[in-house]
Amino acid sequence: MRPVRRLHTIRSVTMTDIAAPPKPPRRIPWDSLAVLPFVIFAVMFLFLPTFSLIGGAFTDRAGNFTFENIAGLFTDQILAAYWISIRISGASAILGALIGLAITLAIIRGKLPQGLRSAVMTFSGVASNFAGVPLAFAFIATLGRLGLVTIIIRTLFDFDIYRQGGFNLFSFWGLTLTYLYFQIPLMVLTIAPAIDGLKKEWNEAAQTLGANTWQFWRYIGFPILWPSVLGTLSLLFANAFGAIATAWALTGSNLNIVTVLLYNQIRGDALQNPGLGAALALGMIVITSLANVIYLVVAARAERWMK
Amino acid sequence: MKSQKFWAWLIFVLGAAYFIIPLAATFEFSLRMRRGEYSFDAYASVFADPYFASSFAYSVIVGLFTIVVGILVVVPAVYFVRLRMPWLRPFMEFVTLLPLVIPALVLVYGYIRLYGSSSFIPFTGSVLGTDILLTCAYVTLALPYMYRAVDNGMRTIDIGTLTEAAQIAGANQLQIIGQIILPNILVAILSGAFLTFAIVIGEFTIASLLNRPAFGPYLVGIGTNRAYEPAALAIISFIITWGAMGMINVLGRFAPRTSARTD
Amino acid sequence: MAAFLEVQNLVKSFGTNTVVKGVNFAFEKGEFISLLGPSGCGKTTILRMIAGFERPTSGAIRVDGDEITHLKPNQRKLGMVFQAYALFPNLTVGDNIAFGLKIAGMPADQRRARVEEMLRLIGLPGFEKRFPYEMSGGQQQRVALARAIAPKPRLLLLDEPLSALDAKIRVSLREEIRAIQQDLGITTVFVTHDQEEAMSISDRIVVMNAGNLDQMGSPHEIYNRPSTRFVATFVGQLNTLPEASFGPNRAIRPELISLAPRPETDTTLTGTISDVGFLGSVVRLRVDVSGTPINIDTFNSHATTPPQRGDTVTLHLAAKDVLTLGA
Repeated sequence: MRPVRRLHTIRSVTMTDIAAPPKPPRRIPWDSLAVLPFVIFAVMFLFLPTFSLIGGAFTDRAGNFTFENIAGLFTDQILAAYWISIRISGASAILGALIGLAITLAIIRGKLPQGLRSAVMTFSGVASNFAGVPLAFAFIATLGRLGLVTIIIRTLFDFDIYRQGGFNLFSFWGLTLTYLYFQIPLMVLTIAPAIDGLKKEWNEAAQTLGANTWQFWRYIGFPILWPSVLGTLSLLFANAFGAIATAWALTGSNLNIVTVLLYNQIRGDALQNPGLGAALALGMIVITSLANVIYLVVAARAERWMK
Repeated sequence: MKSQKFWAWLIFVLGAAYFIIPLAATFEFSLRMRRGEYSFDAYASVFADPYFASSFAYSVIVGLFTIVVGILVVVPAVYFVRLRMPWLRPFMEFVTLLPLVIPALVLVYGYIRLYGSSSFIPFTGSVLGTDILLTCAYVTLALPYMYRAVDNGMRTIDIGTLTEAAQIAGANQLQIIGQIILPNILVAILSGAFLTFAIVIGEFTIASLLNRPAFGPYLVGIGTNRAYEPAALAIISFIITWGAMGMINVLGRFAPRTSARTD
Repeated sequence: MAAFLEVQNLVKSFGTNTVVKGVNFAFEKGEFISLLGPSGCGKTTILRMIAGFERPTSGAIRVDGDEITHLKPNQRKLGMVFQAYALFPNLTVGDNIAFGLKIAGMPADQRRARVEEMLRLIGLPGFEKRFPYEMSGGQQQRVALARAIAPKPRLLLLDEPLSALDAKIRVSLREEIRAIQQDLGITTVFVTHDQEEAMSISDRIVVMNAGNLDQMGSPHEIYNRPSTRFVATFVGQLNTLPEASFGPNRAIRPELISLAPRPETDTTLTGTISDVGFLGSVVRLRVDVSGTPINIDTFNSHATTPPQRGDTVTLHLAAKDVLTLGA
């Protein structure tokens, strides 16, 4: 489109010099104008902020290039924060994907009543958005020291999950358990279309060829689903890795995950080292991008058979 | 065959327990404010708190602006890219995926650094500017969902053919968008709008770092100071989310279907 | 020879709706059988009961003397080809064809040899490494056929395998299927709603109507001696003759009426041509015989021009060709 138009203008200019014919009416390029807000938005609120952080991560207070901020990440406290964030995100993503897959298979392929399916899908839409602060409140009311389930277990089985079970809601497993509340529904929502896409005939064809249910899933069903599962897995990972509200409301600054660390860093920006904050943020971008790159590479290998 | 059904039921029941028990426990907890008996005192206390009303109203208003700006940014772009500039599609897909990859916390940090009071666009230099920045941040946050909703809507109605039909009937560009395209994708847009609303209404990170009196930061404040009100607020939030999602579901029944579908 | 495929009093109900109402048939080894009927007549349900995907409400199915009625589909040793190909999209053509062999535990080198043999048989040698999406519909369906017959099944089931294909490929593939079937001598059950398709490739046809078996016989028998009104009207074209001169329920095929007398003709009718349809090798005339429309098929000949609309013509037919339709 664009090269053609430019050529047109050049020609009309030269022709004006020679014969001076009436200028062709200038058309307003509506289509480009309509896309402009989107592009401006992307640049102002996605690209520039990201680049500014990347730049900031390699700049010292005086504005000179430095690796010191990156080097500053390699302290025990910061590495531990990254590590626990990765573990929580990984655990909640993998568990969320597995449980979500099992639930989706159960409601779509398990011959359960039809109404159940739409009920689960609607609930998943709600629960996947029921994150952040209210979710933390709900889990405190359930599994906190005075939570209903904690008390019921203590009354019925005379077992204190905190004192005797070693459980703590404000810990790795506590947070993972809480994150599952939005991770599982997100998995259900994103994987359901892929499971719907598994044709009944594939299963029937495999059966006539002698395959049992396990063999069908082993050779056909799961390999077809695998790229979708993997894609959702990286989405779930990023989703948990960037989450802060739930953790903040649950644990305050008790649990040293990287988002909480960065949050504190931003709040105290004026006092502390802004370069280190940028480096922390860059580290987060690198990790979530890495999760996506791993997905893209593995999916490209697994999707050879797709158009 | 039978065992398959058994496992399906077992998984379903366990899953349902995991999702329903916290809700039931929270509700039960929210009723325990008065000693020895169940009451709605916690809810009364929440509704009596002037900060509840003001922060909630603030978040609703920001949510509405977010929806309007989101529609204005996304709808024309998706329409013209689908119609005239399909080569821009990969770029749009990439851009709309970014908010899912880059954590909101990181983005807002970028905004604070970039648009601080001494920068070239000092958004955070004034209250109004900060409100605008917050709205734009929410538009960015909701971009993946708004884009997907609108894009799906436009795919189902085959905008290319509709546009050509309207052009032959003599409609101009504005009439086509206003009278043909918009009414047909209204349901899709509204789905995106309610999803946006559900995301914005309880958002904590960005609002708190921009120091705006939104509902999310208010919730955290209550959480640290009170015992029973947080449970009541969790139930209220759940109902709001359910309402927004329920609206999407109801709207879905009015969505135009492709001609290929016979159901 | 004893029956190879036997279906006895087969009944299938879904709730209160009975879709197969006590069907019996028996076929010999190597026969090509078509189940023919309109949609909803129960033909696909019968095929799916033979395959094991539907459980009969009552009745029995036997293959080569073995009762298979209650076996699981994967224990029946049958091959099946589906309407929408149903190739496994994640496997190459070679792996698709080898799938049944792999499940059966055949060693890899033997599998490779068998796949090669199959690909030659269907005329796609060298296609092992392709993925299904890289092939046309006709090619995919041939691969599906190869996949079904590779493990040497006792019975080949074809569920409307041609209906998703273009008209031209449909005809060439059906001839290919018939050739391969005769080559291997494999007993085949073919479900179709297309009577021309059924007649062109079957040894015997089972005509189904609303859950009942209406008639079973060779294509020649079905066409020339239809036993019910349904069979007569569903298979081929038919003219209902005027009741005044022939009595009730008399009909005749369009190609058995001629404009000139033939040695065997003994009856005449007079009418006016109301429409002339040129179909290439055949010219179809619609003649109005005192209010009753009658279609006549005559062969095209480039020596004579076809009759014109409005011409008055005399129709010649033989009383022995007139069919009496039952209820």
